[in-house]
Amino acid sequence: MISLAGRDILHAWGKFVFTGIGLGLLIGATFTMAGVYRGMVDDAKVMLDNSGADLWVVQQDTLGPYAEPSSIYDDTYRSILSISGVARAANVTYLTMQVRQGERDVRVLVTGVTADGPGTPGWPPYLVAGRQITRSHYEAVADIATGFKLGDRLQIRRNQYTVVGLTRRMVSSSGDPMVFIPLKDAQEAQFLKDNDAIVRSRARTSQNPALNRPGVPGLLDAVITSQSTNPYVNAVLVQLEAGHVSEDVAGSISRWKRLKVYDRAQMENILVGKLIATSARQIGMFMMILTIVSAAIVAFIIYTLTMGKIREIAVLKLIGTRNRTIAALIMQQAIALGLIGFVVGKITATLWGPFFPKHVLLLPLDAVIGLVAVVVICILSSIIAIRAALKVDPAEAIGG
Amino acid sequence: MVGKGIRIEGLKKRYGNGDTAVDALKGIDMQVAPGEVVGLVGPSGSGKSTLLKCLGAVIEPTAGRMILGDEVIYDDGWKVTDLRALRRDRIGFVFQAPYLIPFLDVTDNVALLLMLAGRPNGEARSRAMELLEALDVGHRAKAMPSQLSGGEQQRVSIARGLVNRPPVILADEPTAPLDSERALAVIRILNDMARKYDTAIIVVTHDEKIIPTFKRIYHIRDGVTYEEAGEGRAFD
Ligand SMILES: Nc1ncnc2c1ncn2[C@@H]1O[C@H](COP(=O)(O)OP(=O)(O)OP(=O)(O)O)[C@@H](O)[C@H]1O
Ligand SMILES: [Mg+2]
Repeated sequence: MISLAGRDILHAWGKFVFTGIGLGLLIGATFTMAGVYRGMVDDAKVMLDNSGADLWVVQQDTLGPYAEPSSIYDDTYRSILSISGVARAANVTYLTMQVRQGERDVRVLVTGVTADGPGTPGWPPYLVAGRQITRSHYEAVADIATGFKLGDRLQIRRNQYTVVGLTRRMVSSSGDPMVFIPLKDAQEAQFLKDNDAIVRSRARTSQNPALNRPGVPGLLDAVITSQSTNPYVNAVLVQLEAGHVSEDVAGSISRWKRLKVYDRAQMENILVGKLIATSARQIGMFMMILTIVSAAIVAFIIYTLTMGKIREIAVLKLIGTRNRTIAALIMQQAIALGLIGFVVGKITATLWGPFFPKHVLLLPLDAVIGLVAVVVICILSSIIAIRAALKVDPAEAIGG
Repeated sequence: MVGKGIRIEGLKKRYGNGDTAVDALKGIDMQVAPGEVVGLVGPSGSGKSTLLKCLGAVIEPTAGRMILGDEVIYDDGWKVTDLRALRRDRIGFVFQAPYLIPFLDVTDNVALLLMLAGRPNGEARSRAMELLEALDVGHRAKAMPSQLSGGEQQRVSIARGLVNRPPVILADEPTAPLDSERALAVIRILNDMARKYDTAIIVVTHDEKIIPTFKRIYHIRDGVTYEEAGEGRAFD
């Protein structure tokens, strides 16, 4: 027996190839959407991994520091260090903002890290160029995705920073590349008011008789200093000593310090389950629409191709072709169309993925799931055409 | 397969029921011997196509008997269970239009029937080739149907009707689109094939050009047949 579907496809290959390419672009878009979601999850995990932390200590009753604002005193880390099982603890701040470099500005996650040397939690774990921050002011390490180069001058708020090192794959869960600066600078950047506001605030303080007492010299200065400094950070990153269980240490920190502590798994749940959950649903909706559109296209094309052969199908039935053979002819064509679409989709997704602004991660498993879904959808889409073909009366071939 | 031709006795067909019922066939008696080609003529609406559809086992008669070869296929009800296999193995069809499968080449259009019946491709194709040669279209064996002339297509469709060596061939206006020379050529081929393979052939036609070629003609009027001796010219 010969493959009727195969012969028909070879005969009308132009139709199949062009429809397949169109379908492939839709499938490629669907793969890319899945890739964007995988990329977001991957970015979140990489960010957690690269922070080097085992525990995240944040303000009580918050999901900080990434999913909700959190603010704790910047001396908290000292008392955390004294808790048994804690190897290292370091302050960290996060602030998403536009950073100016020359004529352009780039959206980045400015991360304030303590200048305690490499290996400190929060530090970028490896550099692709340059060095880590060594001075406690006005140096920056930038992710290569920012497009910054060594020696570039960055404007963050009112201060200029020099890029001394470049790292890679350090991005926030919304895909913004990270720029690391010394903690003190970052605290200032988070808190900094404009000059007019500082002048007004000073004037108000000095006019307040309770704060500006003639009999107490130095009080006004102390008050103004405390008003213009920022004693807060967003979180303390903790590394455990070997052999200590994270739950025990987390338990003692939260009990003694009245702070919220998350371990790695909980943090991942917050990022994936809460922070990017809406985006994930959004992507899910898009994927659903693309899938429905693809299915409709397959159904329509296969139906049209089948209707164009209705006479031949009547003849095939008249000369004794089994219904099964005719159904297989149509279904195989639908599957062939799907396979062309899958291959085109996989190739296009791979080719255009790197040009997307966000990290697009194409997992082989997703491709396999996609392949199965494409085949299933094509089979389902061919049902309308198959039903129409099976309804054809062989008597029609004989005519009136 | 050598059969005993076709015998039809008191065949009736009623379409629909109640007030709208149409008695298309009211008692058809017909007999076609193996190797014989008979004409079936009659005015429009007289029941010619209905008779072919009954014989072709695509619609069910209402009453009567149909015998194909030595097997009663209908006797007030179907006597064979697999009508599809009956059509595939025992009946050849030739239509007014060739209705070739556009995506198969000439050889495979003819060989398909045998392949559907489970014959190996090679055997099916060589049998198809043999027929195509006999019908003088062997040189077009690798062409696609769309590359053939109307007459060539019709000969290919005759080859398809004959390829399973059916004891019976039903031809519905096979010459309608052809000029008289080609129409006569088709009838000559059908006569040759009938003799060569002992096939009983019924040709439904309106075609004045070919009517004189039949030795026997059945007239059908208002669902009843009248037999008549034809002139039987040209093919003796
Ligand atoms: N499916 C059907 N349902 C109801 N009536 C039908 C059906 N098919 C045919 N008829 C009727 O049966 C009668 C015979 O029709 P048939 O098609 O057999 O005629 P015919 O001899 O082939 O005519 P023509 O030369 O015009 O093709 C006609 O009156 C027709 O209207
Ligand atoms: Mg008719």
